[in-house]
Amino acid sequence: MDIRLENISHSYDSVEVMRDLSLTIRSGEIVCIVGPSGCGKSTLLRFIGGLEQPASGRVLQIGVPPEDSLNPLTYVFQDFALLPWRTVEGNISLVLEDHKLSKQRVSEIIDDVLHRTKLADFAKALPKQLSGGMKQRVAIARAMAVNPAVMLMDEPLSALDSQTRELLIDDLVSLWVREPFTAVYVTHNLSEAVRLGHRIVVLSRRPGQIRDIVEIDVPLAERAAGQSAIEAQQNKLWELLRDEARAADSELIDA
Amino acid sequence: MRDSSRAFGDNDSGSNGTISTDSDSINTRPIRFRGGGFKPTSNRWAGFIVFALLIALAEWGTRTGWISPLTLPKPSDVVQTFVELFESGLLFKHVVPSLTRLLMGSLIGVSIGIVVGVAIGLFSHVRSGLVPLVAAIFPIPKIALLPLFVIWFGIDEGSKYALIAFGTFTPTVVATYGAVDNVDRTLIRMGQSFGLSWFSIVRKIVLPGALPGILSGLRISLAIAIILLVAAEMLGAEYGIGAYILEAGSLYDLERLFAGVVILSLLGVCVSFVIGVLERRMLAWRV
Ligand SMILES: Nc1ncnc2c1ncn2[C@@H]1O[C@H](COP(=O)(O)OP(=O)(O)O)[C@@H](O)[C@H]1O
Ligand SMILES: [Mg+2]
Repeated sequence: MDIRLENISHSYDSVEVMRDLSLTIRSGEIVCIVGPSGCGKSTLLRFIGGLEQPASGRVLQIGVPPEDSLNPLTYVFQDFALLPWRTVEGNISLVLEDHKLSKQRVSEIIDDVLHRTKLADFAKALPKQLSGGMKQRVAIARAMAVNPAVMLMDEPLSALDSQTRELLIDDLVSLWVREPFTAVYVTHNLSEAVRLGHRIVVLSRRPGQIRDIVEIDVPLAERAAGQSAIEAQQNKLWELLRDEARAADSELIDA
Repeated sequence: MRDSSRAFGDNDSGSNGTISTDSDSINTRPIRFRGGGFKPTSNRWAGFIVFALLIALAEWGTRTGWISPLTLPKPSDVVQTFVELFESGLLFKHVVPSLTRLLMGSLIGVSIGIVVGVAIGLFSHVRSGLVPLVAAIFPIPKIALLPLFVIWFGIDEGSKYALIAFGTFTPTVVATYGAVDNVDRTLIRMGQSFGLSWFSIVRKIVLPGALPGILSGLRISLAIAIILLVAAEMLGAEYGIGAYILEAGSLYDLERLFAGVVILSLLGVCVSFVIGVLERRMLAWRV
């Protein structure tokens, strides 16, 4: 299942946040979206997930999601959004309970996603007992439990320290290598973008427009931090973004 | 290179010496700790000790005649009265109807209050319609309405239940809709993004998220319920702690008056204890 954005424009009151944005997300690829803060990345993701409607333009789904996909468009949030009163497995079962699955099927799915995210030993733990990296792993496990056609990730690693972030990038890469998934991955961190993105969409400052789309041909599994080809791509992205970021930064002060 | 390394070594041992002498000099002192306080911890014995001291003081004062028996009864006499009350079986005759009224009245008031509070928290129409009404009835001293309740619900238990129910209703509503408002919106967004039904979101996200606020509202509601219970019983009841206190008061029987007051305090402590247990049980997930 592909997603196509056609001529999306949007304003909040008098503030124009997005202008004539078109983009196609192909099945099986990770599209990273980078841009200065406030340029409308989160808003774009809400449009794709159907949590909000653009003032003009359309978001289209091309093809049908897999038969066994319980929630085709699934979010992973920056602040994890785990229910603190439910255990790890309780948080995952939350999103399965409305789907009339057999008890056995539910526990199979939970076991499977906990294994894939290396959380099998923490099924009974409460969120307050987990570190930030663990919490985000739970949120990723929860997203995978509904077998999404497209994962919508809004700065999923931004609340974590840089070491934990490295570990989770590796985890995401190995998850993708084992079983490719489609994802729109919003980040302001360019090194995350070059490690995880098949394509990187660079947005301009507000109103958000596509400045450039950078394709990275190196397979995900072969990329590593500090690799020269990857470094070069990151520098290129920074060249594209620097002026936008500076302008956006001083804009905020005016506002 | 060699020179500098030797100089470094010399310097090192030299400065070691200086440091140890420096620590004695007036310019070297530990940094003043200023991070203390603002962190009350609870010590369950301190409460008992305060009670025991006050009672011992009263006992000593009344025995020596420093406190006249007309101003304060002797604590040991109050205990004696209490024991007599228990042995004659009158204690239960008074406490059981009081507890029933408290339980029934606050059960009605709190449950309607939670339902209305959740509805105000969830639906804009209900909110705009009911919030002004709740604000209007909150400050009314409910005791003033007792004659009205007697006409509406009869002189018997009905009017007492109604008074307590009404008195617990308003604080429960206010606490509940405040608690619903404070539920983390990102959790609700999460529920919607996973396609949870409206009912699931309310039952599995909104209600548990509002529970801490609802329980702390319950503390206040139940304290108000005890106050109203006594007021209602003073205005017309044969048995009940309020009736007992009123009777003792009109006879200036200070021992019995204080015995009644002690029962009320114990009731308050029990209620607070029960809510504490509920909180520890149901809110163990809190950080
Ligand atoms: N619900 C909203 N109402 C009004 N303005 C909003 C709303 N959501 C976002 N905005 C504004 O739209 C712009 C883009 O926001 P957002 O998509 O969150 O940016 P990003 O995620 O790229 O930092 C910001 O200027 C923000 O203030
Ligand atoms: Mg954002």
